Amino acid sequence: MSDTLSCPVSGAAESLPEYPLQRAAECPLAPAPAVQELRAAKPITKVRIWNGSTPWLVTRHADQRTLLTDPRVSDDDLDPGFPYVNAHRAEIAPVTPRLITNTDAPEHTRLRRTVNGPFVVKRIEKARPAIQKIVDDLIDTMLDGPNPVDLLTALALPVPSLVIAELLGVPYKDHDFFQSSSSLVLDSTAPPEKAREVSGALSAYLDNLLGEKMTDPGEDVLSEMGGRVKAGEMTRTEAVHMGVAMLIAGHETTATMISLGTLALLQHPDQLAVVRETEDPKVIANAVDEVLRYLSIVQTGVRRVVKEDIEIGGVVIRAGEGIIFDLHAANWDPEAFPEADRLDVRRPARTHQAFGYGPHQCLGQNLARLELQVVYGTLYRRIPTLRLAAGIEELEFDHTGTTYGVHSLPVAW
Amino acid sequence: MRVELDEPKCVASGQCVMAAPEVFDQRDDDGVAILLDEHPVSELHDGVREAAAICPAAAIRLVEG
Ligand code: HEM
Ligand code: SF4
Repeated sequence: MSDTLSCPVSGAAESLPEYPLQRAAECPLAPAPAVQELRAAKPITKVRIWNGSTPWLVTRHADQRTLLTDPRVSDDDLDPGFPYVNAHRAEIAPVTPRLITNTDAPEHTRLRRTVNGPFVVKRIEKARPAIQKIVDDLIDTMLDGPNPVDLLTALALPVPSLVIAELLGVPYKDHDFFQSSSSLVLDSTAPPEKAREVSGALSAYLDNLLGEKMTDPGEDVLSEMGGRVKAGEMTRTEAVHMGVAMLIAGHETTATMISLGTLALLQHPDQLAVVRETEDPKVIANAVDEVLRYLSIVQTGVRRVVKEDIEIGGVVIRAGEGIIFDLHAANWDPEAFPEADRLDVRRPARTHQAFGYGPHQCLGQNLARLELQVVYGTLYRRIPTLRLAAGIEELEFDHTGTTYGVHSLPVAW
Repeated sequence: MRVELDEPKCVASGQCVMAAPEVFDQRDDDGVAILLDEHPVSELHDGVREAAAICPAAAIRLVEG
């Protein structure tokens, strides 16, 4: 059975499509119909973006893997051909220091190796009990509070910010400040000056805390980065930037995977039952990867620019041209995932590209997986009667942010 | 099966450790992969193939046979 048989057709393959492409209102969790048509008809094709430029759009899973590991494909956002997500990103590129997010090998490899330590699989796994406690406490509070409640504010947003606070080594007494400011920084409805002010306060806070950790280190990421600053391996500014980046990159994304992931599972009660009833952590782990694949929430895709001509799939991508990799399209590619439009928590899902692919693949992916495994493995079991407290057609989806999410998710039990 | 690890390419994602913990480990300080077993026994081959398929840096090469 297919979830998307009734999704409409767009005719996008006929012309030079405007990107991003529009999703169909009646299929809010599916990729834009046009992107699916392009993958079948013109898997590597030009599109037009906000600034009038016409980068390539790559939609097939296999082509994305080939190109994202090709050294001629660059993350250099100072190159005039770089297909910026929006005007703001274009504006800040020249004033942003060179970080893992805008460099290529060998510099990228060197920078990334200085920040990788805390994300080593076995080190991350040690955080499981602390994450379990955070999730249990939030669910306790939720069950004692009003019913229905917005799952975003009750659980989805606090989990990643408390987890990153714990990981960075933010003292417990500052968790409230940390959580409320990080939510404000991400709140797209907050006035920009307010967001700037709060984000400045967060940087100042982290800089100060880093200073304390340099004199009195603990077992946390800021202490470790403080050690690298003292050893001359990274500058203090880079360390603070990295702390803020971890917070920003991991907050809304993980929160969305909790809220939208819950929505997707509630829409597929048979799949939710598998997650709720299993005793096997491997089943939960696979369900997390399948929901990551199914939702592919990073809707702006991965953006690159080409440094030397590349011939692929009968087209030539010229030096100086941009490429957009649509992750949802690749993750719904039937050649990579048969019946890709079905949410099937038991299918082999690990080759999905929801975290990107290539050297820039998500730094925080192992942490995100762990948080989601704890949430999916706990929430539905502790609240087996959990249900949506609104019609899906009443929900407001965010079509413009980096991640595709819901503004609020009313749930009851 | 022989496993080859192209260490300079490794971006320390740890995906190989998740797929085949008997065959791969990571250095504690920077996460770079360590090949524990160049000739894994056949029961481990599925995990190793998965590791090679999901390695985001295409740093794992398998010589089958
Ligand atoms: C479910 C949650 C998450 C999703 C879907 C996600 C998605 C992504 C994607 C698609 C990329 C690739 C960008 C590119 O290639 O240009 C990426 C990179 C990145 N992510 Fe995540 N992410 C998540 C959680 C996190 C967390 C928890 C952290 C940090 C604690 C984090 C930190 C980063 C960083 C620093 C990069 C840049 C890596 C580089 O360019 O080398 N992310 N993420
Ligand atoms: S999966 Fe690849 S990039 Fe990741 S740690 Fe293993 S070898 Fe390195």
